[in-house]
Amino acid sequence: MKIKPQIDFSVVDEIIGRYENPSESLISLLQDIQEEYGYLPTEVMVRISEQAGIPLSRLMGVATFYSQFKLNAPGKYKVLVCMGTACHVNNGERVADAVAKTLGVKEGETTADGLFSWEEVACLGCCSLSPVMMINGQVYGKLDGKKVEQVINDIRKAELERAGQ
Amino acid sequence: MRFMIGCGSCGIAAGAEEVAKSVRERLSAEHSVTVDLVGCNGMCFAEPLMQVKDDEGNDYYYGRLTGEKAVKIVDAFLNGEIPEENKIEGDELKFLKGQTRIALRHCGIIDPESIDSYIEAGGYTAFDKILKMTPDEVIEQIKISGLRGRGGAGFPTWFKWEAARKENTEEKYIVCNADEGDPGAFMDRSVLEGDPHSVLEGMMVAGYAIGAKCGIIYVRAEYPLAVKRLTIAINQLREKGLLGKNIKGSDFEFDFKIMKGAGAFVCGEETALLASLGGDRGMPTPKPPFPAQKGFRKQPTNINNVETFANVPWIIENGGEAFAAMGTEDSKGTKVFALAGKVKYGGLVEVPMGMTIRQIVFDICGGIKNGKKIKGVQIGGPSGGCLPEELLDTPIDYKSIGATGAIMGSGGLVVMDEDTCMVDMARFFMDFTSKESCGKCVPCRVGTTRMLEILNRIVKGEGREGDMELLQSLGSSIRDSALCGLGNSAPNPVLTTMRYFKDEYTAHIEEKCCPSFKCASLIKYEINPEKCTGCTLCGRKCPTKAITGSVKNPHVIDKDKCIACGECAASCRFGAIFKVSGEAVRYE
Repeated sequence: MKIKPQIDFSVVDEIIGRYENPSESLISLLQDIQEEYGYLPTEVMVRISEQAGIPLSRLMGVATFYSQFKLNAPGKYKVLVCMGTACHVNNGERVADAVAKTLGVKEGETTADGLFSWEEVACLGCCSLSPVMMINGQVYGKLDGKKVEQVINDIRKAELERAGQ
Repeated sequence: MRFMIGCGSCGIAAGAEEVAKSVRERLSAEHSVTVDLVGCNGMCFAEPLMQVKDDEGNDYYYGRLTGEKAVKIVDAFLNGEIPEENKIEGDELKFLKGQTRIALRHCGIIDPESIDSYIEAGGYTAFDKILKMTPDEVIEQIKISGLRGRGGAGFPTWFKWEAARKENTEEKYIVCNADEGDPGAFMDRSVLEGDPHSVLEGMMVAGYAIGAKCGIIYVRAEYPLAVKRLTIAINQLREKGLLGKNIKGSDFEFDFKIMKGAGAFVCGEETALLASLGGDRGMPTPKPPFPAQKGFRKQPTNINNVETFANVPWIIENGGEAFAAMGTEDSKGTKVFALAGKVKYGGLVEVPMGMTIRQIVFDICGGIKNGKKIKGVQIGGPSGGCLPEELLDTPIDYKSIGATGAIMGSGGLVVMDEDTCMVDMARFFMDFTSKESCGKCVPCRVGTTRMLEILNRIVKGEGREGDMELLQSLGSSIRDSALCGLGNSAPNPVLTTMRYFKDEYTAHIEEKCCPSFKCASLIKYEINPEKCTGCTLCGRKCPTKAITGSVKNPHVIDKDKCIACGECAASCRFGAIFKVSGEAVRYE
């Protein structure tokens, strides 16, 4: 079993301290937390509740309402597959199928090596390049099954090489 | 001479940064030229783009560039030549020339990261002008202009401003709704990335008119470049002393805040947006009270969309009459549309109200890709509807579009050709709205789910008699009883497709056939033994090993194993693989 790294609560407290009114700024606060940890760890949510006096139920309510918030650790590379109208019309579902096949995990899951996670998202706004996917902020357009496989395998290869060094 | 390189997030994705880098490296200080990184001019179909303005003021447009190609163009211009390669002209240039640009007036022309570039283009003169006007005079100009909200519902802007102005409280807010979530619409992103100051100036004018001191921009977190450029723009305003107390020696006080949304389509609805601004789940509340009475922090709040605000400085500068001179009786000015789908030249198009959909698709955007036939357009996103070819002569105005059962919406216009299945399209939008339903009211939460289940059944070939009547009745109930605009309009894509493409529903339900060959469960692939050369390529491509056959002998597809993914047909070089749905047959 992997031992979870100890979370440094001073970082959490510092983030809470950025906001005059943490309750009203809850979404921005949780965005900062997610920026720091990549997701919203349960221990951190409990800490926020205690420190800012916000019921844990409300924190979880907000965290589960918005699609941006993740309650599980994502992969190092976050693959977002666009499900917008233009991508749909241009066979976007095949991109999703290819991502699932290449990674071997279902939507919302992370690969065993912790490298990749993937999810379907609403329109990324690059309709003229459809179908598209985004990996850590970089957009890949005019995709087909082969291109998807190539992009992901290139990243995987680069990571393996880095690990081998 | 000036070189302008389009660096919106779509341009960057297409490689604009490499183009910019190469052009900059090529030029040194001795060349008396400027290179500006500008926003997107909307010609998404030809990205990466570069516009060249020569010393006589002539404009030349180049597209589909790489760093190398761009350097060649720069070299030619430095030699006094006008290169032909990669030049955008003819029909492609008509895309730009056929437009009337107000909201997009600076997009692709000014440097969005420079306030001086905006001021040089006439920016902040509207703000100077209003400081000499009374708030009522400002609202009067907006009233004369006839400007209506560009976010979807089309509510008169002046009416909202006046309602907020009449409230007698110290604390008021201006909110810019930049939570552009309609799949297929990207005009707000383009304006924020290409001309953030025009939105900020519009908000300052609104703040002055209603008596608000704080402007909040609620922007999608998925638009990082828009957030970055807005942040830069606000900091520049502050450096210039145009924010804070006693701006330009007047009594007016104003400042901005940016709030990033966290991914919920329903937050585009104004009461849900307000809940989200307050740190809660973005769930709508019944109106009244309207935001103009009780909005953010329970104070009077005026919420307008990005494109609405971007029009405001132009209206103040040129007068309300100039804006009202464009458009139709009921809809004034211009509207930006995001053209996508099967259209030849996709991108952003701003046209005067009253132009027909056909003119936009064919005269400006070059018609349909790959010589196919148009089937219809989807206008207004998940809240809008699908209109058939016969209705393409409908003029773009709130009333005419509304009469078709669709809505103007925020301006997404997805063009569909004969390969698009309308039942699948309706299913796609229902899937979207049911996922995005906030769950607060029963009609939307349960109703959209039930409608989706029926549609899922139909596209799988399990449709039953009476399904269409059931969809109709569910759709009408949801439309009449859901709590917010998202719910009320959620059945629109289904209701309009049933109204205009009834045959397709009947084919799916009764004949178990998808006339567009799109619904995977209703099509099968077969191999024509006379055309098949036995090259074995399709068999290797097939993910389910459904194709068998020996080398140089015709192959066969096992229908039970085939998942109709289409990989085989896409790989076949001899056109031997065809689709069958019901009685119909089609070769790729």
